[in-house]
Amino acid sequence: MAEEPKAPASPAGTPSAKPAPAVRKPAAAVAPTGPVDPAPADDVEVPAWLVALQAAIPDGVTQLTYWVGDWTVIVPAGRLLEVGRHLHTGGFDFCSDVTATDWPLRAQRFDMIYALYSIRDRNRVRIKVRVGEDETVPSVCGLWPAANWLEREVYDMFGVNITGHPDRRRILMPDDWQGHPQRKDYPLEGPGELLMENPLDWLRLKQAAQEADIE
Amino acid sequence: MAPESQPMFDTDEIVLNMGPQHPSTHGVLRVVLRLDGERVVGSDVVIGYLHRGIEKLCENRDWTQIVLLTDRMDYVAAATNNVGYCQTVEKLMSIEVPRRARYLRTIMCELQRIASHCLWLGTHAMDIGAMTVFLYAFRERELILDLFEEYCGARLTYNSMRIGGLPLDIPPGWDKKVLAFCDIMDTKLVEYEQLLTHNRIWLERTKGVGVISAEEAVAIGLSGPPLRGSGVKHDIRKDEPYAAYDEMQFEVPVGEAGDTYDRYLVRIEEFRQSVKIIRQAIEGLPEGPITGKVPRLIKPPAGETYHAIESPKGELGYFIAADGKSTAPYRFRVRPPSFCNLQALPRLIQGHLVADVVALIGSVDVVLGEVDR
Repeated sequence: MAEEPKAPASPAGTPSAKPAPAVRKPAAAVAPTGPVDPAPADDVEVPAWLVALQAAIPDGVTQLTYWVGDWTVIVPAGRLLEVGRHLHTGGFDFCSDVTATDWPLRAQRFDMIYALYSIRDRNRVRIKVRVGEDETVPSVCGLWPAANWLEREVYDMFGVNITGHPDRRRILMPDDWQGHPQRKDYPLEGPGELLMENPLDWLRLKQAAQEADIE
Repeated sequence: MAPESQPMFDTDEIVLNMGPQHPSTHGVLRVVLRLDGERVVGSDVVIGYLHRGIEKLCENRDWTQIVLLTDRMDYVAAATNNVGYCQTVEKLMSIEVPRRARYLRTIMCELQRIASHCLWLGTHAMDIGAMTVFLYAFRERELILDLFEEYCGARLTYNSMRIGGLPLDIPPGWDKKVLAFCDIMDTKLVEYEQLLTHNRIWLERTKGVGVISAEEAVAIGLSGPPLRGSGVKHDIRKDEPYAAYDEMQFEVPVGEAGDTYDRYLVRIEEFRQSVKIIRQAIEGLPEGPITGKVPRLIKPPAGETYHAIESPKGELGYFIAADGKSTAPYRFRVRPPSFCNLQALPRLIQGHLVADVVALIGSVDVVLGEVDR
């Protein structure tokens, strides 16, 4: 099945001085290891409700980031419900979106992202929780029932282990599907037979191909 | 097995599969109903039949190629999806869009809102049994499709926005045609309302059906007309204005009862407000360029953002993470309004009759292309 990546055939004996065109390898390596998460610049004023959040739960917010007008708080998984409850009582009653990003080269590969909105104050904030593949993150369905399907989608697409969810099933993919399609190591063209039968072998072959490519 | 007090006849609950191929589910939606006689006692909504992996696909395409993939989500309001995506990338790259382009985007978005609401009105009314409205509403929708065909050559999937502006300026005389369409729409709206608003069958079928309170609607994540039908005055066009909405005068209609009838009234009023916005935008349409200063190679700096716009269905949000190196987004996520609104369906149909399920699916107004992506 998986062929050894062949060395490019050297253009045999063209006497002209023109060097052989560099064979462009498919972009395999340099995957980013994580998001930038920039801290707010000095001239950006931290809004009062974020200051209040930091004061109320001192170890709840490990990092505060600001980028193109969006505030994000990075929260440890154990403090998610506490921070969520504080924000919910502070007006963030509308859960716009729950999603995740996959950074496979990082130790805790997933970022769970909760986009919240306050209808009263018209503010937006995102909570970000870093989760490893074998770690768990609590469900926020108790605070925002809107997160129910959204968390199901995150579970379906990324395989993040969400605990306490009332109805943790796949939602878009069929129930007997193998693998989680939005992960970065899941091929765009679909799983193919090998992945469906034996995902570990498939991953090993793929990694071997990538390493050969880097060399 | 049955206790003594049970009546003589059999009262077992039955499970009824509605869909995935059912004319009133507006696509491939399957609703598993648990029925006690005609009454719904439990339900499960099964989606995913139209899942095409658009998010994954977008993560493997160039920033400019994604515009036409967004067309394929809410295909009855494709230009709105384009606007949402382009604005998100513009936010990531801090591109300023010229005023003329922002006005034209406003006009397109509102035309799409009318087209989408026409489709909703026609199918919703036909589900309930009013056949005439379907033909009326599709007649007007056709005029909008003609306008878009003249603008960009396509009738459904327009690919009509570019990062930083628009691909084309409007053809000569197009603005006059849009104004003429507005006049037609004003008269036709009266016809729709004559057919439905005081129609006794319509009132019987929609009043008090699928009532949801404001707090519950917010908690369950409803947005757009279903949220406003419950009396929550939340419209992203007003609250976080984008395009040229901050320069437009319009009202945000809200309902009171939160039932199917109020959601109908809210959307009918939105028709009027859309016509009003289009008139203002055409009259105040400024001269100038239609594309801002955009680099040849689109490569936003590393960062993440979430940007939401008010699509005809509700809050359409894009969460995009750029890694600053590649010419494709690292993470492309759509917050589809239909998906989040559909989540409320089991809550809405609880305790209603099977015939009301049909009315409520129509009332939530979902497009399965967007639900499943």
